[in-house]
Amino acid sequence: MPAAEPEVVLEREVPAPQRNRRAGSRAAATDAAGLGRARAVGFVAPALVLIGVFLVFPALWTIYIGVTDYQLTGAAAAAPKVVGLANFLSALNDGLFHNAVWLTVLFVLGSAVIGQNLLGFALAWLLRGVRPWLRRTVESMVLLSWILPSTVVAYLWFAVLDRNGGTLNALLGTPGTAWLVTYPMASLIVFNTWRGTAFSMLLYTSALAAVPPSQLETARLVGASGWQTVRDVVFPHIRGHVLTNTLLISLWTANDFTPFLLTAGGPNHASETLPVFIYRQALEGGQLGYASAVSLLLLLGNLLVALVYLRLLRRRG
Amino acid sequence: MRRRTALARLVPALLVGGLLGGCLGQTPNADNKNNADAKDITLTIVANSVAGGKNAAGAAWITDWVIPKFTEAEKAKGVNATVKFEANGAADEDYKTKIALDFKTGGGGDIVELDGIWLGEFAQAGQLRPLDDVVGKDTVSAWDGWSQIPDAVQALGNFQGKRYGIPIGTDGRVLYFNKKLFAQAGLPSDWQPKSWDEVLAAGQSLKQLAGVTPIQLNAGTAMGEATAMQGVLPALVGTGKPIYADGKWQGATQNVKQVLDLYRRIYSGGLGDPLLQQEAKGRDRSFAEFADNKIGILLESDYLWRSVVEPTKGVAKMADRDTAVGWALIPAMRPGGGVNNQNFVSMSGGAVRVINPNSKYPKQAWDLMQFMNSAEATRARLGGAAQITQRSDVNNQVLAGDPMLSFVARSVLPITQYRPGLADYPKVSAALQQATADVVSGKSPDEAAAAYQQALVKAVGEGSVAGG
Amino acid sequence: MTRGPAWMLRRIAFYVLIAVLLAFFAIPMLWLASAPFDTKPGLGIRWPDWTTGNITATFRHPYALTSLVNSLVLCLIATAVTTAFATLAAYALSRVRIPGRDLLLYLLLLLSSVVTGTAAMVPIFVMMFQLGLINSQFGTALVISGGMLPAAIFILKDFMDAVPRSYEESARVFGASSRQVLAHVVLPVSRPGIATILVWAFVNAWGNFLLPFLLLRDVSQQPAAVLLRTLQDEGGSANLTVIPVFSLLYSIPVVVLYLVVNKRYGFRFHGGIKGG
Repeated sequence: MPAAEPEVVLEREVPAPQRNRRAGSRAAATDAAGLGRARAVGFVAPALVLIGVFLVFPALWTIYIGVTDYQLTGAAAAAPKVVGLANFLSALNDGLFHNAVWLTVLFVLGSAVIGQNLLGFALAWLLRGVRPWLRRTVESMVLLSWILPSTVVAYLWFAVLDRNGGTLNALLGTPGTAWLVTYPMASLIVFNTWRGTAFSMLLYTSALAAVPPSQLETARLVGASGWQTVRDVVFPHIRGHVLTNTLLISLWTANDFTPFLLTAGGPNHASETLPVFIYRQALEGGQLGYASAVSLLLLLGNLLVALVYLRLLRRRG
Repeated sequence: MRRRTALARLVPALLVGGLLGGCLGQTPNADNKNNADAKDITLTIVANSVAGGKNAAGAAWITDWVIPKFTEAEKAKGVNATVKFEANGAADEDYKTKIALDFKTGGGGDIVELDGIWLGEFAQAGQLRPLDDVVGKDTVSAWDGWSQIPDAVQALGNFQGKRYGIPIGTDGRVLYFNKKLFAQAGLPSDWQPKSWDEVLAAGQSLKQLAGVTPIQLNAGTAMGEATAMQGVLPALVGTGKPIYADGKWQGATQNVKQVLDLYRRIYSGGLGDPLLQQEAKGRDRSFAEFADNKIGILLESDYLWRSVVEPTKGVAKMADRDTAVGWALIPAMRPGGGVNNQNFVSMSGGAVRVINPNSKYPKQAWDLMQFMNSAEATRARLGGAAQITQRSDVNNQVLAGDPMLSFVARSVLPITQYRPGLADYPKVSAALQQATADVVSGKSPDEAAAAYQQALVKAVGEGSVAGG
Repeated sequence: MTRGPAWMLRRIAFYVLIAVLLAFFAIPMLWLASAPFDTKPGLGIRWPDWTTGNITATFRHPYALTSLVNSLVLCLIATAVTTAFATLAAYALSRVRIPGRDLLLYLLLLLSSVVTGTAAMVPIFVMMFQLGLINSQFGTALVISGGMLPAAIFILKDFMDAVPRSYEESARVFGASSRQVLAHVVLPVSRPGIATILVWAFVNAWGNFLLPFLLLRDVSQQPAAVLLRTLQDEGGSANLTVIPVFSLLYSIPVVVLYLVVNKRYGFRFHGGIKGG
């Protein structure tokens, strides 16, 4: 999706065929500061070197390990063999892998696409009109839940969902309910919505600022309901934001490892999303070849999601 | 950690092609005559213990006792020794990964502590080698400490009949019970069940007490290896057959089904708490509940007594531990039905210290090993606390004051079994954990056993599985 | 505008909704306020039986404070490198057309998900070993930066795209050198974006466990994220005397950083992250 991003940013209203013909549309790439190509390369180089050495190189190596039967210990550690696509085939036949894919989809849809998106927008929308102190308080709480370290956050949520002394059980009057065991995915989805909404809230707050107040005023005068206003006036303006936001939070959520800290994938694999599955295969099972192959499949999944967004983005307007 | 300069290694590191294949499987080459007479030596000890965290006492012993005393002793011999300690405080799997990466890259400490059960994996990977090869056969056999370590304990440091390291100690498993709850339920305080049925019958009596979980037998995948050691394996040896016998792992055999049926009787019959088995911190909670007088019978190792419910330093202190906690031998399924026709059974494990085949100073590392395993050093490690060590002479002195630990040394160790130190074991253990998880979450023992058989065949190959 | 009962009801419903949302975000934090000061801290929450014993115990812990310092060092390096490199790269990518730029950026974003996962630990470890960077905080910080850079560039480039080029053009018209344009026009305007990335990078580096755990061998060099997981006894049971207080201490730097950045630059996406 970012492949077409800068152009799209500025040319939101321009139909695709005309896009490249319009000279002015190159504005996004205009070298206004007189940087020059050589210096531009110099600017990009440090980041690229670091990325090349510490990211691309190990990533390619990981992909290579994915076609071997490499293990951390045991006989296969001494003499790893290239097994071709065997790891990928066994993943496709592995019930636990299917389970992990399904749970990841559920996790992303529930907590990112729906949870964080809606709650983030709702917060941005609701907080426009309230008093500054209240707005600051709510925003700070939302942001705090985003920036606290995940190990700490895991303890916080143990305290909320705990079976005996848990806050949730105290509030709901349901003593003895082991939320993380009985409803592991639902708990994780609520948890991750709590954890990640800040990003969407920030993004939508800035997006809403771009909606012309006059249009909102008009909507109010014609007596549009809140929902109608959002749908007919606000949404067309922030559509691009929605897509970018959904893409980023989906990718982050799909690769999020925090569920492991809360449920360790349990009970009985009921919350084993792909990153947790990979971790358990790699560390607990020592099956690095297999884990690497699954990482690559996760990457392909990410790519697929991204392409879908890209298409949606191209089609709008 | 030994390192060349960054530059010298940068070039080979970036030769992508060679590195991709080359570094995956590295064969260590240690020349055991290397540096035997060096006057300046550096040795590193790696252990999963850390001051202020996991096994803090062990860490303190290494830094405050072993290192100064050993350095001093070497100085007297004219050797300038620097001993470093690389402390860790991680979950076992994380720690194992770390040392595996060390061994793989040809680095790592000179003396490494690891769980005895990992020995086979590292040995099969070529990452560890027999002490005879690393240090020299004569040097190894010459150590007088071997005579103090019982054969069964020594076996913890062996793989395929060869010595790879020296065990640090061992443990034993018993049925703990809460005497206060037993009194309320009308059960005797000197309880010693003779069969599984008697355990379950006691559970039925305890069930009458409000808010009490009668029996905690670890189950499920969240408990990890605790499910194997404090659950499946002691039960399995109680059916007469260990998990690995005659070159094969037990698949969906009658014995495995009997064990799974025991789980069913406990967890479907309201005698155990199925939810607790599935929680991420279930074992911690089982400790807390036991300390809180909410669990009647708990199968655990002597670790529970020493470190968990210990009245002053335990993680789940029980001020009245000495009067409230009772212990009994784990009965076989029926009298005489256990492995070797025993009436009672147990399982044991323990950590091992090995010498890294990549050590620059293998001879001196062995000296340090002997030093760390001397009677004096072993006593110093305990620092007055009671714990079952590898050495009989030390055990005779230190366990006398502790009724529970001397019970384990006297009555449990003679009847105990060890896990097979094979590279495949962790996979088998994972499959067993999964099978108990299935039963706890409501599957029938037969279904769970069938799934287990499948998983096992996939993990270790059909030829290594004894079917039902 | 009539302010009848319906209006009142709606206002009440509105504030109830805000209150519920606030509670949703605030309630989990209560543990950090109660457990550190409780004589018998547990995984549940309750009104504490006040004590300062846990605090004393935490400060007496041999590595608690050093680990926080280590975290600071590690994260400051990683954050500085990420922010600086990402700013330069994002600006150049935003202003100068480099063939295949967006595709490249995007591939990198995807690859970063592989490398931050567990499966890449062997390549990273072996590579760092060969480079002699085991036990180097600087080296570890670089690896962490490598993983964060693509996302940082991606987000920052959007900020930069949103900075009107007319600012730079007019500065050039008045004879400013391109260095001056950068220092006096581009940087100030994109400061909120850079500040956001700074916090984002710091927060991410602050919580990273696996890399420092594998790459830093000396306990006295390990960061708080690693230490927090070592607070357990030999059987793996959590040490709940130290963990709550330490969690609190461990959270303070990110909160302070956020507050400072928020006060100085405003922590929001001022027009940044333009939708696609």
